[in-house]
Amino acid sequence: MEERISTKRRVRIALLWVLMGLAAATTCALVLFLAVYVMAKGVPEITWTLLSTRPSYLTGNIGILPDILNTVYIIIAALVLVIPLGAGAAVYLTEYAKNRKLAAVIEYAAETLSGIPSIIYGLVGMLFFCSFLDMQTSLLAGALTLVIMNLPTVMRTTQESLKTVPQSYRDGAFGLGAGKWRVIRTVVLPGCVDGIVTGCILSVGRILGESAALLFTAGFAHTVHGFFEGLSNSGATLTVALYFYAKEEGEFGVAFAIAAILMILTLVIQLAAMLAGRYFKRRRGR
Amino acid sequence: MKKKAFENFVYGVFLLLGLITVGCVLLITVYLIVSGLPAIRQIGLGEFLLGRTWASTAADPRFGILPFILTSVYGTAGAIALGVPAGFLTAVYLAKAAPPKVKAAVSAAVSVLAGIPSVVYGLVGMLVLVPGIRTAFHVPDGASLLAAIVVLAVMILPSIVNVSITALEAVPREYEDASLALGAAPTETWFRVSVPAARSGIAAAVVLGVGRAIGEAMAVMMVSGNVANMPSLFESVRFLTTAVASEMSYSSGLQRQALFSIALVLYLFILLINGTLNFFLKRGGRD
Repeated sequence: MEERISTKRRVRIALLWVLMGLAAATTCALVLFLAVYVMAKGVPEITWTLLSTRPSYLTGNIGILPDILNTVYIIIAALVLVIPLGAGAAVYLTEYAKNRKLAAVIEYAAETLSGIPSIIYGLVGMLFFCSFLDMQTSLLAGALTLVIMNLPTVMRTTQESLKTVPQSYRDGAFGLGAGKWRVIRTVVLPGCVDGIVTGCILSVGRILGESAALLFTAGFAHTVHGFFEGLSNSGATLTVALYFYAKEEGEFGVAFAIAAILMILTLVIQLAAMLAGRYFKRRRGR
Repeated sequence: MKKKAFENFVYGVFLLLGLITVGCVLLITVYLIVSGLPAIRQIGLGEFLLGRTWASTAADPRFGILPFILTSVYGTAGAIALGVPAGFLTAVYLAKAAPPKVKAAVSAAVSVLAGIPSVVYGLVGMLVLVPGIRTAFHVPDGASLLAAIVVLAVMILPSIVNVSITALEAVPREYEDASLALGAAPTETWFRVSVPAARSGIAAAVVLGVGRAIGEAMAVMMVSGNVANMPSLFESVRFLTTAVASEMSYSSGLQRQALFSIALVLYLFILLINGTLNFFLKRGGRD
């Protein structure tokens, strides 16, 4: 067979293989380079002092404890709000929505939301939460902005998992005389746990990497607060702190230390998402 | 009857939750229009969109955003020109040619690339790419449109790869089998049969990449130099996104309103891109 293929065709095939190989190799090389470079530059800069202190102009100390805490606070606050909202919207779409047009409008709105760049979220968040609702520049305003941003993600993953709840379960429950709410509470909601977990993992990843939406909503401050006090005060997350130290201060060591931490957390989240996906798939298979 | 009232109440709550996304889109749209229009009206639409000078803090301020619009368009086009061929070929390789183990490894690498925060791209770009461009092309400053294009190309790569793979894997097996049975080599089949069959999905991938590139702010801000020049490959430039971000913290009055107008222009671009994306996705679903 092989020898019947003309030389011209064989050259073209070989060329396509070379191009595909080059492209795939470039992609892998990029990832390797980024990971190795950031780790090599950043990991040696991570010290206990850096992680456990706050910055002070008096002593010239640089510490990222407040930024770590702010990131944790903002993730918790955003998730607490986005889970019920996103899951609720998904339940409405799959369980209640009889009006196809309304459902289509909601889906279209969700798609639009997921395409809007974060800088626009930041701007509207600043106008609406900080100015109009008078929250000032605060972690809460930042968290609320992130809630809107991550709504489509949680909604979509929950919807996906609700689709896997067999219709016969619902029919069975209705047949036994259960009301709509009871069916949702006992049959539908337990079925969407995996979607919510996946949505949470994805959202945490996005919040961790987000910076443009937080610049004008959560601000730049580096003070250590408790959770509730922290929410009402301005504060930089790790990404915003990275930007600040690299661009405004020229402290590249600190910037790389934060970058390495972010990189490690990103890898952990990827792994968590992969393992969760595999676990849920296996459980569903049974 | 009490139960009925309760069920209605629950229905109301879920309806409200369902409508939240619509409310958010309306909120964003209304806010951008309301805060974006006054400056455009004051400056004049033609002067605002086609003016070639942006001097917001000068004694005689000028608010022309043509440099930002063109920079965003050129930057996105450049990123697409670099990122799409690489992403497309990687996707064909992963979807059709790669052995399962290689596929799993490269796919994992691609999702890592997608997860890296944009400030990290910006940081690496600032310290590797910018000095690299300066020495390679003998220009005084490497912070330029070219640096932004390269960073954006890398950042849109994962979206292009993932969406293209999904499209390529959805091509019916029969198409490929028929082509193979007619004597085409596997490679010829992938490029002559599978790719054309998946063209809607691949077009969607490109449009998604355009959306990502035009909306990116932080990474671009860190590598593009941020001066409001007309775009040129080795000049320091400012994008629509970075124009909003860089002056917002100290702006006031008409300057601040003009920044909202820039955001409105960016939002219109994004809506246009979303519309195009939906068109391709719908067509892909129908084929």
